[in-house]
Amino acid sequence: MMRYLGSRLLQSILLLWIVSLIGFFVLYLAPGGPLAQFALTPGMTQEQLARIAHQMGLDRPLPVQYWEWLSRLLIGDWGQSYRDSQPVLAIIGSHLFATLLLMGASTLLAMIIGTWIGVLGAIRRYSIFDYLATIGAMIGLSIPTFWFGLIAIYLFSVKLPWFPAGNMYTVGDASFLDYAHHLVLPCLVLTLVTVAIWSRYMRSAMLDVQGQDFIRTARAKGLPEHVVLRKHAMRNAILPMITVAGLQIPTILSGALVAETVFTWPGMGRLFLDSLNYRDYPVVMGVLMFSAVFVLLGNLLADVLYAVADPRIRLT
Amino acid sequence: MSEATLPAQPIEDIAPAARFRAVRRFVRHRLAMVGVVMILVLVLGSFLGPHLYPFDDLRIDMRNRFQVPFMGPHWLGADPLGRDLMARLMTAGQVSLAVGFAAMILSTLVGTAIGAVAGFYGRALGGALMRFVDAMLCFPNIFLLLTLAAFIQPGVWTITAIIAFTSWMEVARVVEGQFKTLRERDFAIAAMMIGSSDARIIFAEILPNAVAPIVVAATLNVARAILLESYVSFLGYGIQPPLPSWGNMLNSAQQYLTSAPWLAIFPGLAITAAVTGFNFIGDGLRDALDPRLDA
Repeated sequence: MMRYLGSRLLQSILLLWIVSLIGFFVLYLAPGGPLAQFALTPGMTQEQLARIAHQMGLDRPLPVQYWEWLSRLLIGDWGQSYRDSQPVLAIIGSHLFATLLLMGASTLLAMIIGTWIGVLGAIRRYSIFDYLATIGAMIGLSIPTFWFGLIAIYLFSVKLPWFPAGNMYTVGDASFLDYAHHLVLPCLVLTLVTVAIWSRYMRSAMLDVQGQDFIRTARAKGLPEHVVLRKHAMRNAILPMITVAGLQIPTILSGALVAETVFTWPGMGRLFLDSLNYRDYPVVMGVLMFSAVFVLLGNLLADVLYAVADPRIRLT
Repeated sequence: MSEATLPAQPIEDIAPAARFRAVRRFVRHRLAMVGVVMILVLVLGSFLGPHLYPFDDLRIDMRNRFQVPFMGPHWLGADPLGRDLMARLMTAGQVSLAVGFAAMILSTLVGTAIGAVAGFYGRALGGALMRFVDAMLCFPNIFLLLTLAAFIQPGVWTITAIIAFTSWMEVARVVEGQFKTLRERDFAIAAMMIGSSDARIIFAEILPNAVAPIVVAATLNVARAILLESYVSFLGYGIQPPLPSWGNMLNSAQQYLTSAPWLAIFPGLAITAAVTGFNFIGDGLRDALDPRLDA
């Protein structure tokens, strides 16, 4: 177990390093590099620009700059926002809760619905339900999330005024129910994609398990079918889904960005797009790097949890 | 979907009869045929439609602004300037479909090249390339796409390029897996023994046998590219007006959502149809090209 953890951790550190290289490269893709925002200031002369470049250390060799950038990243100094001079990490932190709330709620919902659809599809393979679920999942993956959000707003917020079309809570009323009420539509929109993916994986995991010897043994023992399904098949089929949950994080993060934009949900995605509109590059880069690290750690956590839950995996 | 990540079996020993069988399986695949029809309708409609349809996509018709669909001269209604929605959908379709195709070709070429080198040479080089793929996949694609889009001058070609840049990784993974197993096969080893050059083994021996999974991945990549283009354009960083794309039509439709919902409904339907169509075709190709189904 320790060996598995160790090698997995080393891999993650290596990946993290490559991720940082890509991030640094992207930073330098900005027109004019990190100087871009000063170049736009009216009345800025070439000399002043050169002086700022010198102050920021931009005239030094790239590897030196990279090292400096990376070491500041590692000690948590992610720079300051151009907009309000707040430290980038603090800004991200203040938007993190909203995003995690949205992602968590929709993931939970997607797991429940997706597991149900997937298991039922696998048990009644090639039935009408299975067929419709397959087609439904493919269409669900094809619908642009933002459009689905707009339609949801039009139907359930404009035509039928059931749910608020934006924000996370009503000013002056931040009760649990108020949060939940605001959460319904963005969560629904984000869940669409997740359910589609989850139900597909769940179905194939269930089909894999059903063909195995221990299921035949359980049936041969004369156990009732529902016990075989619930205690033997489903338990084993759900195990690999831990990894699937980890692998889905980038998709959910991308979906959250879109859902947050459509529903003016004050999370990280919304922050990212706002910063992009203001050309607030430190925050943009910060959120980009943060999301990559988040994905990386999420995958690592999923793998570790899987190894804890399923001893067979540690041996490979 | 899980099947997408599984390396399909090589098809080097497929006789012509089996190839016909693959075609027949594809034609019999109901969803795939639905997909083919959907894409044909969209492509023909977008590229031939404007020549047959009576309205021009740029003509401003103030008397009919905000015309409701099916309630006047404009079939699918008109926008705030009275421009015909149907005609605009056609022009936008040309842009969105072309971007989708071009991004697919670019990302498939890049992904195949990197995957082939990584799978064929393996060792340190292959490992390094594949770790780069893993690292790229850590970035949620819309975040990376938007960051790059904000840094560059938005245009049809630049948007195509950055979409390709953020979606070649799956192809690379598929191709790497194929090359890794195929280079150990007898025919590849035989080619090495008679002293064929690396380039010859890669292009003439291994690549033709890895075509099936590449075709499947490429088809699914068209769907993804169309979707990604609509995302960035909707968020304002993709194709810029006055050039319409399905995504940026939705961006401008957003503010009229309550008064003129049809401006949002139809472009979204077009995107959904195009993406669904390519996904259906990809699914059908995957089933048809899978030799394990040969009974």
